[in-house]
Amino acid sequence: MMETKNFLLLGNGKSIPFASVPELPVAEFSKVCLTSITAEKCRIAAFFAVPEDDRFILTAILGDPAAAGFRVLKTVVKERYPSLTAHYPGFNRFEREIHELYGIVPEGHPALKPLRFVNTQVGDMEFYRMQGKAIHEVAVGPVHAGVIEPGHFRFECMGETVYSLEISLGYQHRGVEKLLQGGPDRRTGFLIETAAGDSSIAASINYCRIMESLCGIGLSDPAVKIRQIALELERCANHIGDLGALAGDVAFLPTASFCGRIRGEYLNMSADLCGNRFGRNFIIPGGCRYPVDQEKAKKITRKLQTVSRELWNALDLMFNSPTVLDRLENTGSVSLEDARSLGLVGVAARACGLDADARRDFPVAGEKTTGSLPVDNYNGDVISRAKVRYEELKKSHDFLFAALAEIPENGAVISQELTPAPDMLAVSVTEAWRGELCHAAVTGSDGKFRVLKIVDPSFHNWEGLAMALRNEEIAHFPICNKSFNLSYCGHDL
Amino acid sequence: MNNSLPVFAVNFIAALVLAPLLPGIINKVKAFFAGRKGPRLFQLYSDLGKLLKKECVISSTSGGILRIAPAIQLTLTVLAALLLPMGFKNSPLMFPGDVLLFFYLLGTCRFFSVLAALDTGSSFEGMGAAREAFFSALAEAAVFAVLAFLVLFSHSWTLSGMLTGIGMDSWISFTPVLLVSLAMLLVMLAENCRVPFDDPETHLELTMIHEAMILDYSGADLGAILYTSSLKLWIFGSFIVSMLIPGNILSGWQETALSIGGVFASAVLVGIVESSMARYRFLKVPPLLISALVLAIVAMIFQLFFNGGIR
Repeated sequence: MMETKNFLLLGNGKSIPFASVPELPVAEFSKVCLTSITAEKCRIAAFFAVPEDDRFILTAILGDPAAAGFRVLKTVVKERYPSLTAHYPGFNRFEREIHELYGIVPEGHPALKPLRFVNTQVGDMEFYRMQGKAIHEVAVGPVHAGVIEPGHFRFECMGETVYSLEISLGYQHRGVEKLLQGGPDRRTGFLIETAAGDSSIAASINYCRIMESLCGIGLSDPAVKIRQIALELERCANHIGDLGALAGDVAFLPTASFCGRIRGEYLNMSADLCGNRFGRNFIIPGGCRYPVDQEKAKKITRKLQTVSRELWNALDLMFNSPTVLDRLENTGSVSLEDARSLGLVGVAARACGLDADARRDFPVAGEKTTGSLPVDNYNGDVISRAKVRYEELKKSHDFLFAALAEIPENGAVISQELTPAPDMLAVSVTEAWRGELCHAAVTGSDGKFRVLKIVDPSFHNWEGLAMALRNEEIAHFPICNKSFNLSYCGHDL
Repeated sequence: MNNSLPVFAVNFIAALVLAPLLPGIINKVKAFFAGRKGPRLFQLYSDLGKLLKKECVISSTSGGILRIAPAIQLTLTVLAALLLPMGFKNSPLMFPGDVLLFFYLLGTCRFFSVLAALDTGSSFEGMGAAREAFFSALAEAAVFAVLAFLVLFSHSWTLSGMLTGIGMDSWISFTPVLLVSLAMLLVMLAENCRVPFDDPETHLELTMIHEAMILDYSGADLGAILYTSSLKLWIFGSFIVSMLIPGNILSGWQETALSIGGVFASAVLVGIVESSMARYRFLKVPPLLISALVLAIVAMIFQLFFNGGIR
């Protein structure tokens, strides 16, 4: 841990006493945050308020790839502070969230609208509107035609061209973070896993890292490997589902049908590993709940060999089809500058050529990951987002075959009563299939969670989707949306 | 031809009865290519039976056209089918220039579907209507180029004469007829909202053309719309089959079998096209329709200057 004047450096999955985080005056805090991001290539991992008596401690956790860790710093505010969004748009949703939860006003925020409608009727807000007779306003959702989550999209169009898209979410707000306060208790693990149910493994890995750090539990080497295997199976299943859905949206039948089935096979492999297709209730603090032995690993390897051949066939068909490429190329482009200033993460960021990858940037000691991929060949369009997924699938398969081959016997761990250390701050980031998923916990004097903050990759990326639709045909919205495939519930919490 | 009227009648009734099979065939072909089982061949019959029993819910913003449009469309399409030669037998209603009536019956049918879509006041339907009107205007150019060729080729001014007049000699000078059939196949795909022009299976309102226009229909009205579009598919399939296969080479009932089988084959072809390519982006639709026009013009050039082919 390296100490500097303005901030403290914290490793991924590590914890420190909350009191030791440097507390800066508001102006100084803003300056350090903004220079870290704009000049020193940091990115926001989490930005949240911790209520304390009649004041609030604004805490910033900024990922610093150069230092392979997180810069943490805090400041104390009462009712208002100068907005950071005005200088760096990546803070937009974070500041709106804090405003909505605690009424703290970021002065000078360009569009201080409700985020999840915690206090008001959901969807009830002033939308951005264009004036003029030729303007065509299209409202989509919150109820959609497919079996997807609810969200409202407001397009301002002229003819077929979209000039502005405003995304209004909050329909899935369940108050997960509020329920997590006062934990850990018996429901905490379940809440964490289902905050965004398609990233259960990544979320439970994060939570367990935080708990292990706070409670001082060590983790066996096999358990680390098995968690990584589960994570990659989750990544594969979701990427395959996305690529298939993308093919479906451009009416390319073969890949759509095959991927739909093949995704199921990967979910079934997760079930082979731990008894649940989504990896629920498998990863617990201190290890894994169910034993994994070589016989199991061999069974999964065999299945993977068969299914992966079919997978490459189905995907190559799509990526070699001129009609598909024509639809996906130069559609829904997001520029590198926009990606950087919006603070995009994960697949969406890398597809814009923004080299943000938590696997390389924030490594955890003792964990071997798939590693990162070069991002130079992407230009931010739908095909780039599809190709990033394709390349990641290749990497994940290499990793899975290698990891499954050398899996040692690992016994089950039974969950036990755990008491986290009091007055600590712990941070964990995992590169989930969408992008970096961050969990940050602040414990009280009794060792209970004062705050357990979840920052889903979707929280960073929704604005990227809105940007992708600028000057794009409205008919391209579905494939743009699918190419991002962001989580509604992960955003709404 | 004394026995032509009964043969026509049988073929006409077969068209009305068997039309709902075509979407079933297309879906079965698509399912085959996708490695799935797919919906039943007779699924549309069950759907129609179910829809006829249901009540219609009408949008409260509608001014009334929405209510009458399905019946008008169904009537006009059946009338158009009556003008088409069936089973290689002339239509009893044929008259010189009936081809214009034929295509403008279908055009009026579209006019009402566009009007009804605007009548709902939904933004999705408005978008669908605008797209449909634009693309069908382009398809019309291709249709009339095809007709001009057929007039040149058959020296007939009736639709029946044009299509059944293509005799065995068309097989000798095959090139222009093949080009025109290809042009007509493109028009068929466009007019019937199939891939690569439109995606009849999609649930994504923002990408829809025809499907967007029928979002507000329910019950028997929706049944009428679905039946009408299957009949339209039959009409176009039958058009191409009559054009491609020379008449008067087989006896009456064999021709009937050949004609119906040909329409089924055209549905299989549509299914194969849909299974093997993605849908085009809207910007690529006009060039594709214009290429149909160009194909027809090239066929005309062959006919006019090379007398049906380069020998």
